[in-house]
Amino acid sequence: MTHVLAAPPAQSAPGAGGAPPAAPRRRRGGLTGYLLIAPAALWLGLFFVVPFYSLLATSLYDPEGSVLTGYDVTYHWQNFVTALAQYGEPLVRSLWYAALATAVCLVLGYVLAYAIAFRAGRWKNLLLVLVVAPFFTSFLLRTLSWKVILADDGFVVQALQFVHLLGPDGRLLATPVAVVAGLVYNFLPFMVLPLYASLEKIDHRLVEAAGDLFASPARAFWHVTWPLSLPGVVGGTLLTFIPAAGDYVNAALLGSPNEQMVGNVIQKLFTTTGDYATAGALSVILMAVIVTMVIVYVRKAGTEDLL
Amino acid sequence: MNALHRGWAWVKEHLVLTLGLLVLAYMYVPNVVVALMSFNDASESRNLYRFQSFTWDNWLNPCAPAGMCESVLRSIEIGLLATVVATTLGTLAAFALVRHRFRGRGGMNLVLFLPMASPEIVMGSSLLALFVASGFGGKLGFWTILIAHVMFCLSFVVVTVKSRLGGLDASLEQAAADLYATEFQTFWRVTLPLVMPGILGAALLSFSLSFDDFIITNLNAGQTVTFPMYVWGAAQRGVPMQVNVVGTVMFVVAVAVVLVGEAGARRRRRLLEAA
Repeated sequence: MTHVLAAPPAQSAPGAGGAPPAAPRRRRGGLTGYLLIAPAALWLGLFFVVPFYSLLATSLYDPEGSVLTGYDVTYHWQNFVTALAQYGEPLVRSLWYAALATAVCLVLGYVLAYAIAFRAGRWKNLLLVLVVAPFFTSFLLRTLSWKVILADDGFVVQALQFVHLLGPDGRLLATPVAVVAGLVYNFLPFMVLPLYASLEKIDHRLVEAAGDLFASPARAFWHVTWPLSLPGVVGGTLLTFIPAAGDYVNAALLGSPNEQMVGNVIQKLFTTTGDYATAGALSVILMAVIVTMVIVYVRKAGTEDLL
Repeated sequence: MNALHRGWAWVKEHLVLTLGLLVLAYMYVPNVVVALMSFNDASESRNLYRFQSFTWDNWLNPCAPAGMCESVLRSIEIGLLATVVATTLGTLAAFALVRHRFRGRGGMNLVLFLPMASPEIVMGSSLLALFVASGFGGKLGFWTILIAHVMFCLSFVVVTVKSRLGGLDASLEQAAADLYATEFQTFWRVTLPLVMPGILGAALLSFSLSFDDFIITNLNAGQTVTFPMYVWGAAQRGVPMQVNVVGTVMFVVAVAVVLVGEAGARRRRRLLEAA
């Protein structure tokens, strides 16, 4: 057991054991580092960090203004109350749908990632490419195609009616089921890839050792494979949950107009209604909720070193 | 009968792999539907989400719907420009992060990670808030879309190139130095070719992210229409079947590019092993 854990990856321990350090892989000092990073840093600073500040300012606009007459920052905290009072329901719905979709993705994604990492042999690379390939057909088109698949007179609905999982006039389109199904489908690769990355790193001898010590396969999985794959689970769930909570395409195309997600509301307030103050406040709330949930979740999962 | 029997035996022996392949197959159902619908004759029908009868028409007149091909070209143009800028800036940044020590490295890593973890609607609306606040509200269009696309592609480029660069065997570069290569020669003849697959992968990823983005684009596009926005608009009015042709072509081209790249990588690996 010890030799397995102690075996260091070839190049990660420079200077260990008195050997000469393996080349100066990082150079200290000098301007080159700064010069190389500067363009990207500047771009992200200007167009990612500063905009967040702009969004905060927008959320504190005086709602009396309008797109035409202009707004003033009046520290109108009331915007947050208004946003929550008017749009609390879509906000909660978004978080709930995203959580459901993430759970289903975790189950499906784990099976697929596990199969590729441990059972695919020399087809590993090809299968991995196949996970990403569907992505190259436009995201909107693929979502629209679920309208064809889940149509009221379609094959899926008929099959479900046949086995009585769905009533004779039951339907899937324009229901929460369709929205969550769409979310699951669209964000599955975001789950599979991090899971694969962390499953692939697991030393198979550890699982074999568990077997040698008379652990059943299920026990070996639960006490060895699963804990070692946790970084992938945390990464995958975050990469699925966060975009799913903000998505509005699935809800708009597959759901019912009465059951909007928070993304639909924000988009509409910004582009159609022009109510920048409320839209800004709602965006800030969404981001704050997500950040809080992520911090709590990462703490609970005990993988703080991830962030 | 015998084949069925053997098939079943295989499934029982490879249960996990079978389940995995089923999940993978599920991911392809929409692609198959898009391909099928590209042959759908919808001229007589009002229900555009149902296959009526087979026709080649959509493939013969792909540009028939007004404005669609223009939107595709615009998306390609934006995608190419965004890819060039994001890949260049991202590759430089990846080199800085892996090969150099400087103050603020940790912070930079965080800032590069955040765009991948932020909901698109928040990124899109904050960028819109900035553009409006700085007086560009009336000038939304090509350039604001481009700025946004470079922004969200950057992180993905940095992550991809960084992982390739981090996994590089340092001894190859040392060998070059031992053979009296200058620092520039080492970089140009050894390091860069070794990192190239990562850079190309990052570029492909950037292009497809940019080509496909809807949420951020929609908020920052003004009157400019990209292909995803065209599809979105069409979804409210009734989708012309030709959009499925575009989707199918995109898929086939991308898969071909990836498979050619994969084949190239295999060949290189074999050559390296033989050497």
